[in-house]
Amino acid sequence: MTALPSKKLEAWRYTDLAPLAAISFGAPPAAVAQQLPALDLPRLVFLNGVLSQNLSSSLAFAQPFVPGAETSAQPLAQINAEQARDGVTLTIPDGVDAGTILVISHASAGEPFAFHLRHRITLGQGASLTIIDIAKGDGVYWHNPVTDISLAAGAQLRHYRLQDESREAYNLSTIRAHIEAGAAYEHFTATIGAKLSRTEIHAALVGEQATAHLNAAQLLTDEQHGDFTTVVAHKAPNCPSRQTVRSVLAGLSRGVFQGRIEVDRIAQKTDGYQMSRALLLSPYAEMDIKPELQIYADDVKCSHGATIGTLDDAQLFYLRSRGIPEAEARSLLIRAFLDEALEPVQHADARVLFDAAIDNWWRVQ
Amino acid sequence: MLEIKNLHARIGEKEILKGVSLTVPTGEIHAIMGPNGAGKSTLSYVLSGRDGYEVTEGEVFYNGQDILALAPEDRAAAGIFLAFQYPVELPGVGNANFLRTAVNAVRRKRGEAELDAVAFLKLARAAVKRLHMKEDFLKRNVNVGFSGGEKKRNEMLQMALLQPGLAILDETDSGLDIDALKIVAEGVNALRSPNFSALVITHYQRLLDHIVPDVVHVLSAGRIIRSGTAALALELEAHGYAGLEAA
Repeated sequence: MTALPSKKLEAWRYTDLAPLAAISFGAPPAAVAQQLPALDLPRLVFLNGVLSQNLSSSLAFAQPFVPGAETSAQPLAQINAEQARDGVTLTIPDGVDAGTILVISHASAGEPFAFHLRHRITLGQGASLTIIDIAKGDGVYWHNPVTDISLAAGAQLRHYRLQDESREAYNLSTIRAHIEAGAAYEHFTATIGAKLSRTEIHAALVGEQATAHLNAAQLLTDEQHGDFTTVVAHKAPNCPSRQTVRSVLAGLSRGVFQGRIEVDRIAQKTDGYQMSRALLLSPYAEMDIKPELQIYADDVKCSHGATIGTLDDAQLFYLRSRGIPEAEARSLLIRAFLDEALEPVQHADARVLFDAAIDNWWRVQ
Repeated sequence: MLEIKNLHARIGEKEILKGVSLTVPTGEIHAIMGPNGAGKSTLSYVLSGRDGYEVTEGEVFYNGQDILALAPEDRAAAGIFLAFQYPVELPGVGNANFLRTAVNAVRRKRGEAELDAVAFLKLARAAVKRLHMKEDFLKRNVNVGFSGGEKKRNEMLQMALLQPGLAILDETDSGLDIDALKIVAEGVNALRSPNFSALVITHYQRLLDHIVPDVVHVLSAGRIIRSGTAALALELEAHGYAGLEAA
């Protein structure tokens, strides 16, 4: 197997995979029945990394998994290419609105095991699709999915992810999106689970007026580590990109946001925006933020900003003076803090899912 | 009835209140006036339970209950309402959600049934109308982008919905904004009843043209140095605090 990236690589400076490297992961065990989310949507269900025909809907646009040969400079994508045995393959024809599809991965480990799903999502011209991706499980496992996305001109993909893995698990997700003229990729990840996780997105805007919104909320506690890393490549003129990241960090947790915006020489009138805010609920929590702008065009608007703070005492007192108990007041303020990252998620089922996950996160604190 | 007995409080090492004693019987409105730095804001925060103020001596009873040990939310549930001089902005928190959360938290503590969204909205809309506010008030984020007058109206809306037995109005230095004063006065006067008391804290006599107090107290250097009828406020307006302290 290709070696895991080491901390010596700049891209992995804040996320140390040594604990993962120390575990010997076997092959996935046979799946057992699981309690799955009760959303009434067409679905594809993976148990321990294998598509469950019984639990999955029959979808018009789904195709069987075919292994692909590729070499990637990214170690995790390379490992995935070598190891992938299953995954979603969806091809939506031109002009078709394929509605919403739920993709669920559930892992249940006795002994540690690894699985490497490879998803391919292709939208034809003017096609649209919403994917709600939920990852859950229990025990020690390593989930290393790669999602390849290709959006033809004018296509729209809304990609909502709830990473709610076992607190002993590792989730290293790579997403590569190719976005053509006038197409829109809207992404939101809620990182709540896993001992150590990273979502790494490479979005290439290759035609005029292509857009990418890469938003995230990370809610971490205890010794959890969550990393949201994005690379937005502006390869055509007149493309807007936005990243809004909110991290709420309790206990000894550590959050990372690395955001790189690359603007090619031809990508004039680029409008790039990136904002990361972190709320530290404990004096031991840590947030590392690394914005990078790499600009070769001369007529662009790119901004980035980062803040790290604590809950505001004046706001807390104001709420409590109105009779709202302290725990509820804190929860209201945390929910308000996340609002800007969640706001673009206008899909009703997705909103209900994320709101419930956030409420539940708060309750168990 | 509010009874403050020999109240001493400090911020850090600095003693601000140096033995405040006063009683506000139920149904009465009392004013506290005083020069800058007398401890007026500190008194309102100590009564409502804000962190950072240490009570070193004295007692405060509200309807016979010692309130100094209570958390701010429990004081609110007991019926004490602090109208803020500078209401706090809460970006991302919708006003209707905030108000309903507050009303239901207080109802729960008072042993009353919570209001569902429909029942609450009916109540809130009626209060909004009574206070001559626009209905989009309920849809906006709490105090975000509100004018000074709108923030005051929002305080009065909260007061109307929470139905306190005692309102503490911190108007320490907002005496220059006549419109804001009128809004606060209307809010208080609307609640006047034999079961409602208010403590109006102000620097300027002007507010008392609109809320006529039963008793005026003068707070200076952390103590009440004079108490009298509403006429005392006029005397202060004419001669200033310096004249009074010399008397």
